[in-house]
Amino acid sequence: MRALLARAQELRRYPSAILGLAMICTLVILAVYAMATMPYREAVRLWQGGEGVWDENPRLAKPSWFNAFRKVKLPPTIVVDSAGRPETKQRIEFEEEGEADVLITLAFDYQYDVFPKELAVYLTANFEKVAPFASFIWRTPDGREFPMTSTSVRTRDSYRISQDRKLQAELGGRQPEIGLLAADPWAETPVPLKGRHELIVDGIVFEPGSDLDARLVVYGQVHGIAGTDHLRRDITVALLWGTPIALCFGLLAAVGSMSTTMVLAATGSWYGRWVDGLLQRLNELVMILPMLPILVMVGTLYSRSIWLMLGLIILLSIFGGALRIYRAMFLQTREAPYIEAARAYGAGNLRIIFLYLIPRIIPVLVPQFVSLIPTFVFLEATLSLLGLGDPTIPTWGKVLNDASQNGALFMGHYYWVLAPSLLLIFTGLGFAMLGFALDRVFNPRLREQ
Amino acid sequence: MPEASNGNALLSVQNLQTWFEMRRWGFIRVGFVQAVDGVSFELKHGEAIAVVGESGCGKTTLARTILGLYPPTSGRITFEGREVKGSALRQYRANVGYVQQDPYGALPPFLPVQRILEEPLIIQGVRDPAERNHRVRKALEAVKMTPVDNFLSKFPHMLSGGQQQRVVLARAKILEPKLIVADEPVSMLDASVRVEILELLRELQRKSNLGVIYITHDLSTVRFFTERIMVMYGGKVVEEAPVKELLANPLHPYTRALLAAIPDPDPHNAEVQKEVPPGEPPSLLNPPPGCRFHPRCASLIAGRCDAKEPPIAEPAAPGHRTACWLYADGDA
Repeated sequence: MRALLARAQELRRYPSAILGLAMICTLVILAVYAMATMPYREAVRLWQGGEGVWDENPRLAKPSWFNAFRKVKLPPTIVVDSAGRPETKQRIEFEEEGEADVLITLAFDYQYDVFPKELAVYLTANFEKVAPFASFIWRTPDGREFPMTSTSVRTRDSYRISQDRKLQAELGGRQPEIGLLAADPWAETPVPLKGRHELIVDGIVFEPGSDLDARLVVYGQVHGIAGTDHLRRDITVALLWGTPIALCFGLLAAVGSMSTTMVLAATGSWYGRWVDGLLQRLNELVMILPMLPILVMVGTLYSRSIWLMLGLIILLSIFGGALRIYRAMFLQTREAPYIEAARAYGAGNLRIIFLYLIPRIIPVLVPQFVSLIPTFVFLEATLSLLGLGDPTIPTWGKVLNDASQNGALFMGHYYWVLAPSLLLIFTGLGFAMLGFALDRVFNPRLREQ
Repeated sequence: MPEASNGNALLSVQNLQTWFEMRRWGFIRVGFVQAVDGVSFELKHGEAIAVVGESGCGKTTLARTILGLYPPTSGRITFEGREVKGSALRQYRANVGYVQQDPYGALPPFLPVQRILEEPLIIQGVRDPAERNHRVRKALEAVKMTPVDNFLSKFPHMLSGGQQQRVVLARAKILEPKLIVADEPVSMLDASVRVEILELLRELQRKSNLGVIYITHDLSTVRFFTERIMVMYGGKVVEEAPVKELLANPLHPYTRALLAAIPDPDPHNAEVQKEVPPGEPPSLLNPPPGCRFHPRCASLIAGRCDAKEPPIAEPAAPGHRTACWLYADGDA
């Protein structure tokens, strides 16, 4: 152990090791942050989406920091809610028992040169028997008014202004979010009118105590650190939670496969004879099995659980060239005089394998182990990209899969593809740089002059 | 070569054979390497015996067989009257220490000295860590590695060759064995350290009344501490005698050649050609018939030496035995 530590000290001489370690540390911090701020269940719930989770997110919005590099700033999402803000609400009681007019004015100041992505109003009403009724009017800063639809309001209701075909027709075929906000909806290329836009919800309630609340969402063109996908999900969730999953997957797979390979190789070379023969034949057999097609087959026909995939990957990676290389190393080590001495003072087979053979080659394998981790991270991403990722878990590969299935590159949503790809490259690079440096430290023959 | 083992012998080896099977393509038997072929000797409590011979004569195989590392093909090893076999092996191992040639290779490089010395104790069932620690310290003190605390946490590569060999000695000694097998314990050490280690071995042997089997190719170190010497050639013992007797009066032609080959420090003899037996040591896969030395022997008796194995004779002094036709009375 102390020898290992002494070697680790030597790492300081390699800038690539420092950089690699820093990158790995960044990833670990990111992973810890993800797990600390967002419990796993919460992450899964968010990623599964569902009713009401992502209502306020725009579809396919770019990351917010894009604005820092743009002359023409893109609008973020603006939410105006009447709940808890009595100043937006006016209630006029009618003469008839319980009936009242609820007038909600949702105003926002729009100062962007680009139109928002969408407009929607979310309504909540409380009533016992008779649902309230609401009609909507859009008022522009220059005083033009556009009457929109009228509808009865259920307990939770929404009115998607952007999808109102009638309104679109009245606006000369313009998308409502453009037509309503434009200075001149009939212009060749409409520009947004800056200033205070208002949505007036004119509601009538029919019962005493019945009330109505409205929330206007002006969907922006940018959202969060990583933008959103086609299901309005915040990609940040997947990028954040993808980190612990990727690291954990890579680490578990590397530890699992490498330690098993080591134990098998040590056992085979120590016992020799038929044990070794059997292991070698088995190894040759499994070596020719193609891993990816098998995983695809299991994923398609049986289950895509990440644990099953992990187990399968470990099982298939145990065998291969590594087993032969370790075996060769052990065959050399088993002839060492100290092993002979151990037998002479009565050490048993298991003790020799685990305490005398395996520790001898561990230093040699540390660099290999470090370099092995990202290959499994990539493998998991590959599986996800092929659509075989665990459907419940947000991972980098899943983001890539969604992006590719929704033509992200074709549609110009580069951010969607680049963020997870860069994280994967970052991971690979970090571990590779550390691994190479470790290789130089532990295998001095590779050391440069 | 003694005929019957008497009760107070520490170790008795009778007609020991260690043959290795040679196969071609894994299953066709080509033959046997007869590394040790019919060796018998007896070792008393506290006695030191040297086994000498050139490389490949089977002395290391003999040592390993005695240690129980190779199963004997035939013959018996008896330790304190009990045959070493099966379940007796475990107890036997606690009673036999092993000192190897390469001190660095003999120590696991990834364990500190304390742990290296503790290992045999753990294996032989010393559960109490305090007792283990005590015994480790005692063993290190016995090999003069003091102050002990300086060495406990050191790794083998931090020690000098001499210190490493002391740790090997301490490990061989830690189970308080009755027999130590030392396989060329000083051949890889500097001349300056050799004497130290040999003196230490000698001291340990005297103090604890240890039996020692000292295996070497270097006759000059033999004189240093053994009483008896066995000369091996081609897997067989060709001569056995008390050290002084053998050095003064070698009987077997091979022994004579071996003694003649000792480097002579006298500068006058620097240019003198020594008589060296021609040829090479025999192939143990296909040993020559009769006396194994006969193809190289200067005093070959044709029709005898190359036909039948020589009988054992005791022509000169009691306890000085040799297997050579020159001394055979009649045709035994």
